[in-house]
Amino acid sequence: MKITLKVWRQESPEEKGRFDTFKLDHIDSHMSFLEMFDVLNQQLIEEGKRPVEFDHDCREGICGMCSMYINGRPHGAQSGTTTCQLHMRHFKDGDTIVVEPWRARPFPVIKDLVVDRSPFDRIIAAGGYVSVNTGSPQDANSILVKKSDSDAAFDAASCIGCGACVAACKNASAMLFVSAKIEHLSRLPQGKTERVRRAVNMVRQMDMEGFGNCTNTGACEVECPKGIKIKNIHKMNAEFFRAVWVSSEEVEA
Amino acid sequence: MSWLKGFFNSSIGRKFIMALTGLFLILFLTEHMIANLLLILPDNGVIYNQYSHFMVTFPLIRVVEILLFASIIFHIIYALVLTYRNRQARPVKYAVRKPGENSSWVSRNMGFLGLILFIFLAIHLAGFFAKARITHDLGMVTINGVEMHDVYSLVKAKFEIWWFDLIYIIGFIALGAHLWHGFYSSFRTLGLRHPKYLPLFKGIGIFISVIIPLGFAVVPIYFLINSLS
Ligand code: HEM
Ligand code: SF4
Ligand code: FES
Repeated sequence: MKITLKVWRQESPEEKGRFDTFKLDHIDSHMSFLEMFDVLNQQLIEEGKRPVEFDHDCREGICGMCSMYINGRPHGAQSGTTTCQLHMRHFKDGDTIVVEPWRARPFPVIKDLVVDRSPFDRIIAAGGYVSVNTGSPQDANSILVKKSDSDAAFDAASCIGCGACVAACKNASAMLFVSAKIEHLSRLPQGKTERVRRAVNMVRQMDMEGFGNCTNTGACEVECPKGIKIKNIHKMNAEFFRAVWVSSEEVEA
Repeated sequence: MSWLKGFFNSSIGRKFIMALTGLFLILFLTEHMIANLLLILPDNGVIYNQYSHFMVTFPLIRVVEILLFASIIFHIIYALVLTYRNRQARPVKYAVRKPGENSSWVSRNMGFLGLILFIFLAIHLAGFFAKARITHDLGMVTINGVEMHDVYSLVKAKFEIWWFDLIYIIGFIALGAHLWHGFYSSFRTLGLRHPKYLPLFKGIGIFISVIIPLGFAVVPIYFLINSLS
C-alpha cells in the first residue's frame, strides 16, 4: 500500500508544532497502525532524521498508551479498538492519513504525539482505590456480591485509562474515565465504605485538572475502545449528589 | 456551608443548575403553549383576555414569575460559564474533525441554539411582555364589567405581519432542537439511569420537542392565514 502521512511534530511543550508529511510506499495491509509508524521511524533513522515520538507499550489493546487522533477520530474510525489494534487493511491504497495528539489543556503535548496524561494518575490518587489492610486474603465467598453488581463493576473496570474519551469529547471532559473508576469501586462491598469520599475527591480533582463539563453528547462512549457506557456518568452524578446532599460524612477540603 | 459552595462550583453542581432551570423552563413553556391555544378560539379573544387578566392579577403567579426569570437568568449565566470552561479545556483545536461520526448535531450545538433562543426571547419580551406589563402600551376592553388589557388585539396585530411570524417560526425550530437534546440530557445530568425509565424519558423528550414548538406555531400561522383571507 502507498500511504501519505501527515503527522503532528512538536519539539517540546513550549514550542509551536507543525504537520510533517511523509510518503510511505511499501506498507503491508496486515501491519498495525503502530507497525506502520515503526516502518516510518526506521526510514527516518536511516535518513538521519529525528523519528516521530509516540506512546505505546503492550500493543495488544490493554495498556491504553497508544494515543493517536487519526483522521478526526481517537484511535481511528474503527470502533472498539485502540491504535495498536487498528490495522492498515482498514485504509485504502493511496490514502492520506492525518495523525494528531490528544488535544486537551490538562494533556499538554510533551513531544510530537506524546501527551502528558498524569492528570488521570492524580485523579486515581484522589480516591480511585480501596483501603485494605495487608495480610492474607479473605475467603472469596465470605463477601457476597450480586452477579449484576459484579458484572457492572467488571465492565467499568475494563477502562484502560487511555484518554480517548477526553480526546473525543467536544468539551474535553474526563467524566467517562472518572465515572468508570467510581462505578468500578463503589459497586462492590469493599469499595462502598469509601464511596462518599471517593466521589467528592475524585470529582474535585477532575475539576482542578481543568477538564471540561459533560453535555451528554455521547461521543465518549462511541470512541471508548473498551465500550465503557455513558450511563456510568449518570451514575457518577447520582453518586456525587448523594455524597454532597445526603451523606452526613464530612469530607475534608 | 463550604460544602454548598463546593457543590455549586463543581462541574456536576453547575450542570445540576442547568438541568433544573432548564426543566423548570420546560414546565413553564408547556403551560404557556396550552394557554396560547386559547387565542385561536373563535370568540374575538374574550376568554384569552380573561385568562391573561387572571395571570397578572393573581398573586401566586407573581411568585412563579420571579422564579421563572431567575431560572432564565441562571440558565444563561451557567450556560456561559460552562461553555467558557469547556472551550478553555481545549485551547488547541484538531486540524481534522469528524464530530458527526460520534455525536448528534443538536447535542453539540446547545449553546448556539441557546443563543438563537436568547435573541428570540429578547424580541418576544420586547414585543409583548414589555408592552403589557411595563409600558402598558396597549388598548383596553371591558369584559363582564371588568376593564382589562386587550392583549388579544395586540397579538393579532403583530401576527398579521409575515416577517414577525417568520422570526417566531425560527425561534420555535431552535426551541424544538434545544429540547430534543435538553430534556433527555437533563434527566441524565440529574442522575437518572434506570434502564426501564430512561428510554421513557427519551421518548417524552422527543414528543415534547415536537409538540411544544408545533403548539406554539399554530397561533402565528392561524392569525397570518386569517389576515390573508
Ligand atoms: C426557552 C428557554 C430554554 C429552555 C426550556 C431550555 C432548556 C434546557 C435544558 C432542559 C437543558 C439541559 C440541561 C442538561 O443537559 O443538564 C439545557 C441546556 C443548555 N441550554 Fe437551555 N434552555 C432554554 C434557553 C436557553 C438559552 C437562552 C440559552 C443560552 C443563552 C441556553 C443554553 C443552554 C446550554 C449551553 C445548555 C447546555 C447544553 C448541555 O448541557 O447539553 N438555553 N437547556
Ligand atoms: S473510559 Fe474508555 S476512552 Fe475513557 S479512558 Fe477509559 S478506556 Fe479510555
Ligand atoms: S499499546 Fe497498549 S493499548 Fe495500544
